[in-house]
Amino acid sequence: MSAETLVQLLYLVATGLFIMSLRWMSDPETARKGVFSGCAAMLLAVAGTLAGVASGGGTHYGWILAAFAVGAAVGYPLAQVPLTAVPQRTALSHAFGGLAAGLVGTAKFLLYYGQGNGAALAPHIMVALVLEVLLGFLTFTGSLLAAGKLQEVHWIPQRPVTYPMQNVINLGLFALALALGVALVLNPLAGWAPLAFMLVAALSLAFGVLLILPIGGADMPTVISILNAYAGLSAVAMGFVLNNKLLITAGALDGSSGLILSIIMCKAMNRSFSNVLFGAFGQTQQAAAGGEPKAYKPDTVESAAQIMAQAGLVVIVPGYGMAVAQAQHRVRELYDQLKKRGVAVKFAIHPVAGRMPGHMNVLLAEAEIPYDDLVEMDEINGDMPQADVALIIGANDVVNPAARSEKGSPIYGMPIIDADKARTVYAIKRSKNPGFAGIENELYYLDKTFMLFGDAKAVVGDLARQLAGEGG
Amino acid sequence: MNLLNGLTLALAQGTAPEAAARGAGGHGQLDVMGALFVFMLATFIGLMAIQRVSRLLHTPLMSLTNAISAIAVVGALIVSADKDAPLYVTALGLVAIFCSTTNIVSGFLITDRMLKMFKKRPGAAK
Repeated sequence: MSAETLVQLLYLVATGLFIMSLRWMSDPETARKGVFSGCAAMLLAVAGTLAGVASGGGTHYGWILAAFAVGAAVGYPLAQVPLTAVPQRTALSHAFGGLAAGLVGTAKFLLYYGQGNGAALAPHIMVALVLEVLLGFLTFTGSLLAAGKLQEVHWIPQRPVTYPMQNVINLGLFALALALGVALVLNPLAGWAPLAFMLVAALSLAFGVLLILPIGGADMPTVISILNAYAGLSAVAMGFVLNNKLLITAGALDGSSGLILSIIMCKAMNRSFSNVLFGAFGQTQQAAAGGEPKAYKPDTVESAAQIMAQAGLVVIVPGYGMAVAQAQHRVRELYDQLKKRGVAVKFAIHPVAGRMPGHMNVLLAEAEIPYDDLVEMDEINGDMPQADVALIIGANDVVNPAARSEKGSPIYGMPIIDADKARTVYAIKRSKNPGFAGIENELYYLDKTFMLFGDAKAVVGDLARQLAGEGG
Repeated sequence: MNLLNGLTLALAQGTAPEAAARGAGGHGQLDVMGALFVFMLATFIGLMAIQRVSRLLHTPLMSLTNAISAIAVVGALIVSADKDAPLYVTALGLVAIFCSTTNIVSGFLITDRMLKMFKKRPGAAK
């Protein structure tokens, strides 16, 4: 068997394992198997590549080993971050992925150009190279900026940054990069080609920043998913450059995952891709605020605990505010106390709760809340009229009835959790200010709604203690 | 007999001048249509597999696919180990290996760490 055949066989097995890895992710019971098979696939891929490289007379093994070691040394602590920081970590790793693709593309171009290898720079390979570098570098800077926004780095603006002619400038830069790309595809060996190539890379780097600047925090789940798809597609482009089917397959799996998650996130906010990318969400909201101030009905923890103790079904609607207040473990205590009294407790999870797709589930799983009680929005809404109490912890827009009724509202049309259909609504709120997106919430002024003001962690803790005390 | 022919062909391609010029890991003749077929099929398999993933697991799913897309390490290795490459090309490749390895290690570890936390309600039907 030739070395090449061995390499391709290893790649074939790796491809199968990658597909099984995603397949096993469909169920929490088998999901960990998915991680192991993904790991095994990656090892086979690296082993196969090394075998191929060695048979072609490779070199620099010491340096390669060092790069592996440093990468592992940086990667290990990145896997230990608190779960609230997982969105940032994910964005950061998209950045690494994009950078790797961009660098490999650049390296391949410089190599072939230096060799004057016209055959290797045939038009179809050049198209893939230009795409790889474009996607790779824009994913790199875009994801870095997204990570910075999520981490709330102080010199990176959280609110959308907009300026006149923004979309025109962005599209203009992108068109320029594309035009340069086309020129490169047609004349890959021209004297100006390396310069043009570097310019394409620089424009992609700039474009990544410009693309993410106008996007606000509320849209981060969508943005992360889109960047995920880009990172995958840049790996696909690399596969076309290297004529490597494993790269194409694995990249396509990643790309399709990013695509599906983006679509789910967009649907969950009733927005289109173009609206997320070019809409500058934060801008439209100033108009919605204002109007005459209405009165909240505050209530005490004691009476809230009493109502909950007598309830048949309590639905808890958690939002990112719960995670910010580090209240997950108190929520778990409350859950335990209610269960002890025979009260059914469900968690209503909106698809965009948290800062990335599925983030809230992970945060609640960490607090050891069984996943059977984490219920998706579409499923829980049918049960909301039977709920005696809806307890809203740090969520706002996802329970705002304005999304259903008010055509003028920026969140109009967004699917929401029907908290207002429960018999009684309790909302824990840190202050009397409107939420992250700055939109007034009618739910808080309904007759059946009572407010519990204070830090979510303290209030939920008090609720749990009250219930425990009364239980004797 | 066919198999033998295929192997001979693969060997012949491995030593073809173009493949040699494309450096180690350039896998023979470039087959754009074949690659496009693979791309399309893999995308459909991906879409179908991902649609079945419970929303519960979307965060671990993203960190897992993140680790999978670090398959870019293959390209980075091919570039870095190329004995004909000038130093700056090798350097770019090594940085790319570093980036991909970071994603492989942190991606798989954090996915497993998150998945370990998902537990069923005690007594719930298995």
